[in-house]
Amino acid sequence: MKKIFLLISLIISCTIILPFGCSKSIEGRTDNVSALSPASNDVNAGAWKPILLTGPAEFAVATPLATNTPDYIAQISEIKSFQANLRQEEKDIVKYWSAGAVFRWNEILRQLVAKHNLPPYQNAEGTYPVPNANNPLAYPQFPFANPPYAARAYAYVSAAQYDALVAAWYYKKLYNRPAPYAVDATLNVLIPKSDLPSYPSEDAVVEGVTTEMMKLLFPGDQDFIQLKAEEHKHARLISGANVRSDLDAGEALGKQVAQKFITRARGDRAGAAVGTQAIWSQMEQDCITRGETPWISQESPNRPPMLPLFGKVKTFLFDSLTMVTQIRPGPPPSTSSKQFQDETAEVKYYSEHPTRERMKAIDFWADGVATVTPPGHWNDIAAEDFLKQNFSEVRWARNLALLNLAMMDAAIACWDAKYAYFNPRPSQVDPSIKTLTGLPNFPSYVSGHSTFSAAAATILGHLLPSRANDYLSMAEEAKLSRLYGAIHYRSDIEVGFDCGKKVGNFAIQRATTDGAE
Amino acid sequence: MNKSLIFLFITGVMRPGLALAQTDMDAIMMNKKQFCQGITYDYSSWNQYWEGTFKRDNANLGTVSTQMLMYMPNYGITNNLNVMASVPYVWTKASAGTLHGLKGFQDISIVAKWRAYKTSFGKNNLSFFAIGGLSTPLSDYVIDFLPMSIGLGSTNLTARGMVDYRRGRFTATGSAAYIWRSNVKLDKDSYYDTELHMTDEVQMPNAMQYQLRTGYRGKYLIAEALLTNFTTLGGYDITKNNGQLYPNLRMNATMVGTNVKYTLKSFTHLSFVGGCNFTVAGRNVGQSTAFNVAAFYVFYFGKKAKS
Repeated sequence: MKKIFLLISLIISCTIILPFGCSKSIEGRTDNVSALSPASNDVNAGAWKPILLTGPAEFAVATPLATNTPDYIAQISEIKSFQANLRQEEKDIVKYWSAGAVFRWNEILRQLVAKHNLPPYQNAEGTYPVPNANNPLAYPQFPFANPPYAARAYAYVSAAQYDALVAAWYYKKLYNRPAPYAVDATLNVLIPKSDLPSYPSEDAVVEGVTTEMMKLLFPGDQDFIQLKAEEHKHARLISGANVRSDLDAGEALGKQVAQKFITRARGDRAGAAVGTQAIWSQMEQDCITRGETPWISQESPNRPPMLPLFGKVKTFLFDSLTMVTQIRPGPPPSTSSKQFQDETAEVKYYSEHPTRERMKAIDFWADGVATVTPPGHWNDIAAEDFLKQNFSEVRWARNLALLNLAMMDAAIACWDAKYAYFNPRPSQVDPSIKTLTGLPNFPSYVSGHSTFSAAAATILGHLLPSRANDYLSMAEEAKLSRLYGAIHYRSDIEVGFDCGKKVGNFAIQRATTDGAE
Repeated sequence: MNKSLIFLFITGVMRPGLALAQTDMDAIMMNKKQFCQGITYDYSSWNQYWEGTFKRDNANLGTVSTQMLMYMPNYGITNNLNVMASVPYVWTKASAGTLHGLKGFQDISIVAKWRAYKTSFGKNNLSFFAIGGLSTPLSDYVIDFLPMSIGLGSTNLTARGMVDYRRGRFTATGSAAYIWRSNVKLDKDSYYDTELHMTDEVQMPNAMQYQLRTGYRGKYLIAEALLTNFTTLGGYDITKNNGQLYPNLRMNATMVGTNVKYTLKSFTHLSFVGGCNFTVAGRNVGQSTAFNVAAFYVFYFGKKAKS
């Protein structure tokens, strides 16, 4: 009896104590990263090769106030008056933003991608509405941030940040105005001090360029973006990192650089990537003419294929001729070939024999609906490694730009192949194949995950050679997860991987010639 | 037996007291030294579900079904104290679309049920119960693949209070339970619900469960009507057409059902149970219809039961 009462009291005390005794609040890996304190200021980054700017001085930044003028001294007093009564929330935003401007805005961008990565719900008559950039808050909200859209968004934001920071570094060196705490030693400083000239503010440059790019890419979220921007600038001011004129000049420069990228984005053909019924019918017909089985949407009601003309979008790292002659893979195994049958049988095997280990890889790399997408996942992987490197803001931006240009061009190359061949999914040719992850609504060959991951692992391995093998094995796992999930054939993932590597090598080519190495 | 804990988005939702007798939601007790074993089979399915409050069907899922086979032992330590357990094996299937079903052992549950106080006035009998339960996954099943996942993966602690009223053969039983649910870990290392979380850990909201049951309780035949409500204390709503679901959804459901138990007059060791439940209102769950059948066998180790 004693034992039994012991058991009962144990259960009862568990039900009472545990719920109150242990907190369930969760902590993210990047909630408490320490303040960025660059190992090198990269003082000569003003001479690095920009991506779109004709040179670092393309946009003028006015000569700053001298630090002994009454106006400047008044700006230092402004900081001091804020610091006299800081609220806890203010200290929290200082801490949050001190992790790094490029890093935090990259995280915010990933959040916007995940929020908007939702395929539209069908109309009553079985068609699908298309998001409208001019009416972004009406259902379906603009954008549908699917993997190609996301890859392009990450690339434009990172590239624009990089160019804006190259320009900022140029003016920092040119004007050499010290940070406020170097001018007034009595100023309280809430972030690590640096010798880097503070005019124009690198944080405000990033804030200015990013908000403009984000408003183009996520026009329905302007309020949220603006809130973050104000918070960021305020954090820099009250932390003693910048006076107001550092911030104003930086923000203005950032916004000007953004215009150059916005102009490119408006003309890069992505706006027409949705295509028309006539275009995707033609793709289907062309496939039949070649004697192959064409892809058919497995969604019900049938959904138009995702961005069939994304393969026509203007690339960053190579031209369209190079794309067709050097990067586009050869055709997939014919749908009537023995190899195709064998590969389909292999997919069926994985469909019917899921192991827990393979399921883990499938889920980990799924990066499907309502996630940051595969390019976003690689941004996370890169960002968490970059945090350990103490890069300067300009090097952060450069490295993320190389990664994201590679993944955008990988998306274009992959989508080019998908619609050049219009190859069916395994579960289309063999309906008995059931998938262990969501089935993407576009042709099979080549695998997007494999192309993205190989491109990412290639350029990241160049940037952080000590991690090169880890990146490669992650990319291998990402690649295989799509076969395990029964949504891709072996050819899709292997050829996609090779294609991604080629694109990644173009990014390495740029990295070795941009003046940063 | 602790059926309240076996609920699945959007598949099974939950099975409120489907097998009558010896669950944590009814007033039936094993007498001292009685040992009861049961096997129950449960089939639950839905073809409509609620995304938040928006009710829809989905031609890419068709009808999603969950089947469960469960072993349920129950032992009477005293006439007023029972311990019971359940071990379910669950498998899921979607009738349309391409998604593969999953299968496996779900959550083991252990419950202590204590009749704390009994009183009567005239022909009226009143009993008060305190019930504590624990359930935890028996296997490392996948929770990233809802609605095909077989469970939510959390370890749950349930504290339930119950009142049973009986007058002759008429009975009415009401209970309320607070369910504390542990956090769970995804296979993914980041996820977005209403914000981006840079972790694999999902904070599970706790939940309440309420049940009212009333009907006829005879020596051989028991027949009851059930009204059950499950309310998640927090959680988030599914956004429109979002197929990526996480276990911390605000899953609410109200169900009506019925249960019948018959004990063989000629051989009182053996009884059979059948029942059904239908979801009448919900949020972030499937509108499930569930049927179950069960068989129980009682061993009398002590003196024979009175009733």
